[in-house]
Amino acid sequence: MSKEPVAVVGIGQTRHVAARRDVSIAGLVREAALRALADAELTWADIDAVVIGKAPDFFEGVMMPELYLADALGAVGKPMLRVHTAGSVGGSTALVAANLVAARVHRTVLTLAFEKQSESNAMWGLSLPVPFQQPLLAGAGGFFAPHVRAYMRRTGAPDTVGSLVAYKDRRNALKNPYAHLHEHDITLEKVQASPMLWDPIRYSETCPSSDGACAMVLTDRAGADRAPRPAAWVHGGAMRSEPTLFAGKDFVSPRAGSDCAADVYRQAGITDPRRQIDAVEMYVPFSWYEPMWLENLGFAAEGEGWKLTEAGVTELDGDLPVNPSGGVLSTNPIGASGMIRFAEAALQVRGEAGEHQIDGARRALGHAYGGGAQFFSMWLVGSAPPAG
Amino acid sequence: MTVTPPPEILRAPLVVEFPFTRSLGPVQSAFLTGLRERVVLGVRTESGKVLVPPVEYDPETAAELRELVEVAATGTVTTWAWNPAPRPGQPLATPFAWVLVRLDGAGTALLHALDAPGPESVRTGMRVRIRWAAERSGAITDIACFEPYEDDAPGPSTGTGEGRPAAHDGEFADPVTGITTPARLDYTYSPGRAQTRYLYGLAERRTVGERCPSCAKVYVPPRGACPTCGVATTDRVEVGPRGTVTTYCVVNIKAKNLDIDVPYVYAHIALDGAGLALHGRIGGIPYDQVRMGLRVEPVWTEGARYPDHYRPTGEPDADYDTYKELL
Repeated sequence: MSKEPVAVVGIGQTRHVAARRDVSIAGLVREAALRALADAELTWADIDAVVIGKAPDFFEGVMMPELYLADALGAVGKPMLRVHTAGSVGGSTALVAANLVAARVHRTVLTLAFEKQSESNAMWGLSLPVPFQQPLLAGAGGFFAPHVRAYMRRTGAPDTVGSLVAYKDRRNALKNPYAHLHEHDITLEKVQASPMLWDPIRYSETCPSSDGACAMVLTDRAGADRAPRPAAWVHGGAMRSEPTLFAGKDFVSPRAGSDCAADVYRQAGITDPRRQIDAVEMYVPFSWYEPMWLENLGFAAEGEGWKLTEAGVTELDGDLPVNPSGGVLSTNPIGASGMIRFAEAALQVRGEAGEHQIDGARRALGHAYGGGAQFFSMWLVGSAPPAG
Repeated sequence: MTVTPPPEILRAPLVVEFPFTRSLGPVQSAFLTGLRERVVLGVRTESGKVLVPPVEYDPETAAELRELVEVAATGTVTTWAWNPAPRPGQPLATPFAWVLVRLDGAGTALLHALDAPGPESVRTGMRVRIRWAAERSGAITDIACFEPYEDDAPGPSTGTGEGRPAAHDGEFADPVTGITTPARLDYTYSPGRAQTRYLYGLAERRTVGERCPSCAKVYVPPRGACPTCGVATTDRVEVGPRGTVTTYCVVNIKAKNLDIDVPYVYAHIALDGAGLALHGRIGGIPYDQVRMGLRVEPVWTEGARYPDHYRPTGEPDADYDTYKELL
């Protein structure tokens, strides 16, 4: 028996900000969920199951927060489950929900991811003082900066590329009312003049710390037929994992990432991603990861990713727009960041992205990764139902 | 290498603690501010039940709940358990009963402590009242505990029938909107067999990794198994002490809890013979002269478990091709 086609018929986000002191965690997730239901013109009674995700519990210090969120998400009397794959979790959560529909376990599933970073300190949550171990000597960006330098050495990329990405994403965010950072006076010169925190990573090339949630309603073909607005159809989805550290690990282009992309493309019948995909929402926590992932995801040959960025190909009006929403560089409620990528890809193919809509987008890729380049999750969505 | 008996596995306490903050939202804000003012608030559900403590969303219908009511400071024990040995941070320092108390007017019971001389003086159905804390800040600890209370017990209260609790607008001057909840977890941590042996080696200023019998890569530090091949690593191999800087960054901002003057170089260092790089600080050279391929050696300080930093050996730089798989 073939899989049930999966449609995204409702999407909701909170307006992401540094601190939502006016709401509890329950109030935060509720807001995104209600917006997704309203978009789909459905009620709690129409939802058969809830799949929720967030980053590690230490980030807010609420152990298994999903237990107390069942009331807020209308999950009482229904299956509710939690997905846990570090920074990629928003993507993995959406895929678990999609698989429940594809397998005809449930017809309509609410999926949601969140983070309330203001309640805690993610850097603390990631650097517990484990006895006998050498502490990380470099702070948040120090884990990533050496990999960026390795990329520059491998490809010969000029050191100007990182600032171009940040400048682009922050300008895109100005067109997205839900984005956290709205730097109206941003200029390339300001990005280039921002402090060099972890050379080669500048302050303006790093992601913010945000409070926010994102929700989607996924449904089957019959559900899509009843939907009031266009659906985004899931054409392919995959997850891959690999250890954070092992001999031969390629941090610049992790194999788990390229394998994951290849699986998604195979499912979706994509043979030339650069030509066949109209928009990409990729997980870029530091600006240099755009050219790195362009190569890892097969949009450019090895060593060529930075050339696409430099030539403006990934700009909003380029022929492969990357992060029209402003991306993680403009909005980062960690657990939700992956789902925002997936949701923004879906908004593009639904034609519902508003001011940052890419005209005529028919296929879009949502990408997430996390856990020291350990977990990858991706989906490819289209404006038309999958063939077959 | 001589055969030595396996060393005693290391152990140490690991304390994880953090002062988490909580944004309360409208309902919890009213509830905790009320406690500060010696008022106990519940919330009425769509079916008319009064929940104490109140919640934001109806457990049965998922509706948003905002209809607050005031319940009494007296109530009835619905069940209990004796706690003979209170732990630090619990409501009372002397033995007490954990009790579920249904306050008069409430339809659900609240968990708290009952100050009682012994388990023989506690029973389900007994009447109790709140003992308020002298200093109140808008927290559940504003209820110091419950204490026995002799009165003419009212009839069974369901929170729906007679004696319907009065509506309350939840408005107070200077409401509490957030609280800090310090969390603490006490673990005993053991690094395991492989890392224990590695640490004993470091104490002799030797870096001893373990080789995978399948792929022949040497893991430093060893984890006891090769994550790629999934087999135990048993063959111990000394690596270094010299190595190559494979990649690095220049740290320009001080990290919390680190007493290192910026700027400094944080590097990945592949010790000679190791199958992957470890991390360390580079010293003994101006930060802006560090480069990929720089040859370095460890610098130890008395009593330290790890090298303080690595410094240049003066050898010619390593060729990129010799370390490009070790970034």
